[in-house]
Amino acid sequence: MSIATLQTALARQGYVADDRLAMALHLAQSLGRPLLLEGPAGVGKTEVARAMAGAMETELIRLQCYEGLDASHAIYEWNYQRQLLAIRAAEARGGLDEAALFSEAYLMRRPLLEAISREKPPVLLIDEIDRADEEFEAYLLEILSDFQITIPEIGPIRARSRPLAILTANGTRDLSDALRRRCLYTFIDYPDRETELAILRARMPDIEARLARQIVGVVQALRREELEKTPGVAEMLDWAAALAGLGVNDLARAREEVQATLVCLLKTAADATAAPPEVMDRLIGKVA
Amino acid sequence: MRATRFPARAEGIADRMAGFIAHLRMNGLSLGPRETIDALAALAAVEATDAAQARMALAALLAGDAEEWRRFDQLFDAYWFNDGRARTRNAPAPRPRAQAARPKLWQPHFEQRQDDGAGAEPDEADGGAGDAQGAEGRLVATRAQNLLRRDLRELMDEESLARAEAAALALARAIRDRLSRRRRAAARGQALDMRRIMRKSLARGGEPLELHRRARPPRPMRIVALLDVSGSMSVHARVFLAFLRGLVGAADADAYLFHTRLMRVTDALRDHDTLRAASRLSLMAEGFGGGTDISGCLERFMQGHGARALGRRTLVMIVSDGYCTSPPERLGAAMAQLRRKARRVVWLNPLGGWREHAPAARAMAAARPHLDAALPANTLEALAALEDEFSRL
Repeated sequence: MSIATLQTALARQGYVADDRLAMALHLAQSLGRPLLLEGPAGVGKTEVARAMAGAMETELIRLQCYEGLDASHAIYEWNYQRQLLAIRAAEARGGLDEAALFSEAYLMRRPLLEAISREKPPVLLIDEIDRADEEFEAYLLEILSDFQITIPEIGPIRARSRPLAILTANGTRDLSDALRRRCLYTFIDYPDRETELAILRARMPDIEARLARQIVGVVQALRREELEKTPGVAEMLDWAAALAGLGVNDLARAREEVQATLVCLLKTAADATAAPPEVMDRLIGKVA
Repeated sequence: MRATRFPARAEGIADRMAGFIAHLRMNGLSLGPRETIDALAALAAVEATDAAQARMALAALLAGDAEEWRRFDQLFDAYWFNDGRARTRNAPAPRPRAQAARPKLWQPHFEQRQDDGAGAEPDEADGGAGDAQGAEGRLVATRAQNLLRRDLRELMDEESLARAEAAALALARAIRDRLSRRRRAAARGQALDMRRIMRKSLARGGEPLELHRRARPPRPMRIVALLDVSGSMSVHARVFLAFLRGLVGAADADAYLFHTRLMRVTDALRDHDTLRAASRLSLMAEGFGGGTDISGCLERFMQGHGARALGRRTLVMIVSDGYCTSPPERLGAAMAQLRRKARRVVWLNPLGGWREHAPAARAMAAARPHLDAALPANTLEALAALEDEFSRL
């Protein structure tokens, strides 16, 4: 897929990708390298993978990382209960085939093994990789470079196809240089006004043009205020949905609704007090 | 930024790409020959004749983190369009705000630093391994007793720096070797775990054959150190940088420098290669010695790094004289927020034991209610004495 077709394919999935992101995705596909996405919370890092899976008409396999994530949750695990049952059954029959106990039938595939054993290359989303431990990162590195997993009882399992791996990170801790070197890198920042407008239109096609412009304007202005949690694109979409649900079509004439729906944008008590009605009036006055 | 000239006779794209990778490497990106090959492969996958596409492709491939991602465009222009040299020489600065904040007085110093290149930078972190210090060092040693009580501003020699680092080591150790209040089951421990002994004895018909033990597991505190390197603090900066380096080296510590901006220097301080560490630090130290925006930097710290750096086992150490351009109320609010997110907040003030402390008093008064301790840190002795203070926190 060329970059332009990739962008239109993503747009069809309701995802507006800028040139740089599209280029990175294109390269990730053509070079077969994983793509590391960084950026503030709520700019659509995870959403990229979903849209990409839709655009490629393939499956999305997701691995959510957390502290203490280990190989048995990420790669594979033996199904002990079934093995025990099989042993019991074999004892009753007499004659136990030990090799059969460690066959694929008793193997529980976790996301990483799943991702490399598909015929059609899936999209593998490794979400918030920085939450996982460094040991897991090292393990992941091996899989992402060789696309091969070794199970001691069975032997190496080669990838049938190379998944498109997308990693996201939020800056919970520093990632190792080795992982960064393996990956393509893209930093996704908050979108500019035009892009954000396009995102809103893609997600809510029947929103009024004026309201859309006002919503985006207010959210962009809010991001420049000093808040504890800057509202992301997801918050903006929530807010737009809330306003549309209340039947608002002009922010300037819906002061109460705006105040009532601010919970979609401002998620801490301090932020809520930082944006009192007067401030909102000022922001809306600017964009209306 | 360092500029690279095109080799006069570059042979084809591969040669130029190798040059580009070398140029990036010189500017601090960690790239190798493998990346050259990958870069050529990446160009083959896009319309390489389109500069915009080539730029985006190479950025995705070669940038490794957010900082490199931001700098990439400049580096790209500097090499492929040959305009790096022009840029560094006359004005349009890469970061206008930092440039503006830098006072006139400071500029000549930086000009000179840029000229003698990254390698020959004076070592901010540990004073380097200067070779011409032999005689002077002995002289200092004879007066050591005397020096110990003098103000930190006068201490710039190698020995004092080493001593500051040692003080930090002791401090870090005091905090690191901290035990939990509660006992947990452990293989080796002082106390007997009666409950488990009873439970296990059931299997032996009530005879306590297996003895289980309990011990207090270590609960090390993390240190987050924020060092003010603004103009008013620049006289102390070297000593405290050495102090920071000691902390980072010994414990699970996180170090930041701030003036009008905030930057994380943990990795740079941890670098074993002192020359590289120095050049990394000096890259970050743009605007060293400018004004201070303590509250703004604290806010930015909590927004950006706070989620990772702060926690219930974190001790936040702010090293600053309290001279601040923003109003004290804002500092108070920021400190209150910091206090909620961290276990302990300590303010080390180099002016603490000093008479003319008054101008910064308003900021300190605003911060004071939210501090667990405000300690003077104006002499090496005071720094070393912190160990006792900290073990009490």
